[in-house]
Amino acid sequence: MTELSRIRNFSIVAHIDHGKSTLADRLIQLTGTVAERDMKEQLLDAMDIERERGITIKANTVRIDYPARDGHTYVLNLIDTPGHVDFSYEVSRSMRAVEGSLLVVDATQGVEAQTLANVYQAIDADHEIVPVLNKIDLPAADVDRVAEQIEDVIGIDASDAVQISAKTGMGIPEVLEAIVTRLPPPHGGTRDAPLKAMLVDSKYDSYLGVVVIVRVIDGVLKKGQRIRMMRTGGTYDVDRVGVYRPAMTSVDELGPGEIGFLTASIKQVRDTRVGDTTTTEKKGCEAPLPGFKPSIPVVFCGLFPVDSSQFEDLRDAIEKLALNDASFSYEMETSAALGFGFRCGFLGLLHLEVIRDRIEREYDIELITTAPSVVYHVFMKDGSFRELHNPADMPDLTHVEHIEEPRIKATIMVPDEFLGDVLKLCQDRRGIQLDMTYAGSRAMVVYDLPLNEVVFDFYDRLKSVTKGYASFDYQIIGYRQDNLVKMQVLVNDEPVDALSTMVHRDRAEQRGRAMCEKLKDLIPRHMFKIPIQAAIGGKVIARETLSALRKDVTAKCYGGDATRKRKLLDKQKAGKKKMRQFGKVEIPQEAFISALKMDG
Amino acid sequence: MPEDWETGGFGLYIHWPFCQAKCPYCDFNSHVSPQVDHARWQRAYLAELDRVGAETQGRVLSTVYFGGGTPSLMAPETVNAILERVRRLWPVSNSLEVTLEANPGSVEAGRFAGYHAAGVNRISMGIQALNNHDLQRLGRIHSVEEARAAFDIARGVFDRVSFDLIYARQNQSLADWQSELREALSMAVDHLSLYQLTIEEGTAFGDRYARGGLRGLPDDDLSADMYQVTQEVCAQAGFEGYEVSNYSRPGEESRHNLIYWRYGDYAGIGPGAHGRLTLGGQRHATESWRNPARWLDAVDAGNGESLRDPVSCADQAVECLLMGLRLVEGVDAERVKRLSGQNLSTESVAHLQDLGLLDPGFARIRTTPKGRMLLNSVIAELLGD
Ligand SMILES: Nc1nc2c(ncn2[C@@H]2O[C@H](COP(=O)(O)OP(=O)(O)OP(=O)(O)O)[C@@H](O)[C@H]2O)c(=O)[nH]1
Ligand SMILES: C[S@@+](CC[C@H](N)C(=O)[O-])C[C@H]1O[C@@H](n2cnc3c(N)ncnc32)[C@H](O)[C@@H]1O
Ligand code: SF4
Ligand SMILES: [Mg+2]
Repeated sequence: MTELSRIRNFSIVAHIDHGKSTLADRLIQLTGTVAERDMKEQLLDAMDIERERGITIKANTVRIDYPARDGHTYVLNLIDTPGHVDFSYEVSRSMRAVEGSLLVVDATQGVEAQTLANVYQAIDADHEIVPVLNKIDLPAADVDRVAEQIEDVIGIDASDAVQISAKTGMGIPEVLEAIVTRLPPPHGGTRDAPLKAMLVDSKYDSYLGVVVIVRVIDGVLKKGQRIRMMRTGGTYDVDRVGVYRPAMTSVDELGPGEIGFLTASIKQVRDTRVGDTTTTEKKGCEAPLPGFKPSIPVVFCGLFPVDSSQFEDLRDAIEKLALNDASFSYEMETSAALGFGFRCGFLGLLHLEVIRDRIEREYDIELITTAPSVVYHVFMKDGSFRELHNPADMPDLTHVEHIEEPRIKATIMVPDEFLGDVLKLCQDRRGIQLDMTYAGSRAMVVYDLPLNEVVFDFYDRLKSVTKGYASFDYQIIGYRQDNLVKMQVLVNDEPVDALSTMVHRDRAEQRGRAMCEKLKDLIPRHMFKIPIQAAIGGKVIARETLSALRKDVTAKCYGGDATRKRKLLDKQKAGKKKMRQFGKVEIPQEAFISALKMDG
Repeated sequence: MPEDWETGGFGLYIHWPFCQAKCPYCDFNSHVSPQVDHARWQRAYLAELDRVGAETQGRVLSTVYFGGGTPSLMAPETVNAILERVRRLWPVSNSLEVTLEANPGSVEAGRFAGYHAAGVNRISMGIQALNNHDLQRLGRIHSVEEARAAFDIARGVFDRVSFDLIYARQNQSLADWQSELREALSMAVDHLSLYQLTIEEGTAFGDRYARGGLRGLPDDDLSADMYQVTQEVCAQAGFEGYEVSNYSRPGEESRHNLIYWRYGDYAGIGPGAHGRLTLGGQRHATESWRNPARWLDAVDAGNGESLRDPVSCADQAVECLLMGLRLVEGVDAERVKRLSGQNLSTESVAHLQDLGLLDPGFARIRTTPKGRMLLNSVIAELLGD
């Protein structure tokens, strides 16, 4: 147990790639928390997919001991957070567990969309904020300009921002001092009070079962205690209490203000709810903490095994992944075209990609991913209401009173020169401008946009029209009615359910045409010509014709090598496995996503 | 036990694996070797003949084919010794066809008389192109002039002479090909093999193509047009296409190749040679060691084969279709049914007939000219599961 005044709890927040994890490395290294030989870059990004993509996906907690210049040794609990917007939920709940934030800003890039989003969250959580200007080793670093930008755009004092290079280690001692002198110790907290601990996160470990990360507010958490989760009601015996250094290290107890983990033979991550309050079963605390808003999936898509005999393997993989990721949802789905699979919900497109990659790689199942869609609210004439996760399930329009779609508030920061392209892109995606301000040569535009126009390829388009110089953040602001219809696609006169989409009526023709053209390129030519049509409720709104294949024969004869001919046939058949059969037409898997990408 | 009428006879293939240079498009089992011990190779061929001869005793041999590689680099004595042994081991048909693949160099042409004396009665010459620029691009070491000279010598020596051209080359226009083809037909004797250039993985062309090189190859439409023009122009000159890439005057088809396509029995001898042999009532696939040195050693040890597998009836049905549909005459439906134990999917056959890709009727499975151009797709439909 550490005296409160010697504890500092803080999160490291920043826009993607501004150097949070690298800063965490230096803090861990300079304090000797990890032996030099065990050090590696972005040490905390332990998941394969994190290391491969060089990004943080899960927030990580580490406890370090720091002997400060005032002669005292402080316990620092840092939480390294992800920068990508899909995982902003990780940031917000991490912030609830600590009292301060290091706001890292890349001095070559300046303030970006997630920088802003993080600051707002930090202010919301009553944090002290220490701005840190990173990457000053790079020639392109412009410390003065970025400090000015922080003051102008964010409105916080940047005069004593710490200037560092997380890469070279320059300025790190000053960061450590700033943590101790400028961030507050935990507020209040009584050792003798009943146990009250905030459930910050939980993860599944195949050896230990569910590991729960807690921040103790009051009382003491110890091995052998019988604890109760106040909201879910579950009771458990605590097997082990410890801290991350960053390896799991057992401690006797965790007292007020401390952050650590517990294990208690909990089977599933789902049995724990982040934001819940942990107390002792007997003589527990009275009122639970306010809790967090749960994270809800906003993007849905179908995942189907390419090889339909792998359906059970897919189920197994999805269940295992869901064990460790409460923000990922799934339900079984059947598609006339694709067979059995799952309709899955994600926090965003990156989250979708990450889960899909993990299934393909860790479980060796090749997947067909259908186009992502959002959740529509469908109001029926009989007064009932339903949530539509899959356009294929759209009820007959004659029974529908109206449809509402989710809208977001999108904040985009962009250099002047690309502003026009960004405005056009937002306008094309049915956006309504809410705000536009300038800070130096950068503009900040705020748009109200339909989520459905964004989930798919908005981010890619934004990156491409701005050459990567724009940053983007969003939050859902609610549902709004609009003139939405289901557009079907017919290939060789047969509807292909997996290609159905919800579109705005005014854009239907344009989208239908674009989709038919795309499909015409994506579907290989067959022995016969194939009409490709887009239709709304039986009315064709766009059409293309894929002409018939004329020549497909191996000119050379391989003499008496009949075996080779058979191998070629097998190869041809294997190629076909990557296709899906619709009547007599074979559609390649990638078509199910590529067809929906919009180029304009 | 299949009858000879059904399997199209019995033939012998002999593979010679050496060439003077490796062509960049070629994925045949061919090697460039500075020194070849002709005596040792001759002994090896003879040993293999003895081995196979003992197993197929009494069968009437109707064709022998020396393929390569470049068999016209073989010493005429070797060819002579082989053919002598062949006649000793098997009863041969009255009209035994003995073909030798020749490259059109001057050295080779000097040996033609020797081959003829040994019993070769048909030459298949790899001319490939009738202009020097394209010959160079194909990496050939001969010129048009040399080719013509060698061809004239061959015509003087042999009654039956065929030659090969590769078309659908880089930057070849339809008109270019048409006039080259006319020129070829004016030279042709009784048979022509006209292959559209195939880019094979693992060849120099394959690598270049994969890296985005080898530009100017015809697109699907142009190569389809070229193919159609070839059919028409050849037919006008009296050369009917009887197989996807082979054209002949009536009755002058390559009888040896017909055995393959009619899925008959053939023994394969030499590095990498394939065979299909009915032994004791069971059809077998055979393969010999591909690597020349490895093959020689294996033969010294008693057997050059690297593989001998029974072919299941179902696989025989598939192979029979794969080979047979290349022929205009198509395949006997009854035979396929007997092998596979079932009819082809009537739904698929009807679909292909509706599309005008298979001839109507069910006794023979036969592609239409349009269907032959789509043979791979047609077969996938017929054999798709
Ligand atoms: N030159 C230089 N590069 C740096 C510095 N700090 C970080 N980087 C590099 O910037 C890239 C991103 O660093 P990370 O630490 O992974 O950034 P992050 O903020 O954790 O990224 P996310 O977790 O994906 O949001 C890496 O390639 C680092 O090596 C620095 O001070 N100088
Ligand atoms: C066994 S090969 C070689 C015969 C002989 N060595 C020669 O090159 O002249 C028989 C024929 O196949 C054809 N051929 C070889 N490779 C080819 C390819 N990649 N594409 C098209 N035809 C090819 C050539 O016309 C060649 O003459
Ligand atoms: S094409 Fe003929 S000459 Fe050229 S490498 Fe192949 S077999 Fe030898
Ligand atoms: Mg990181």
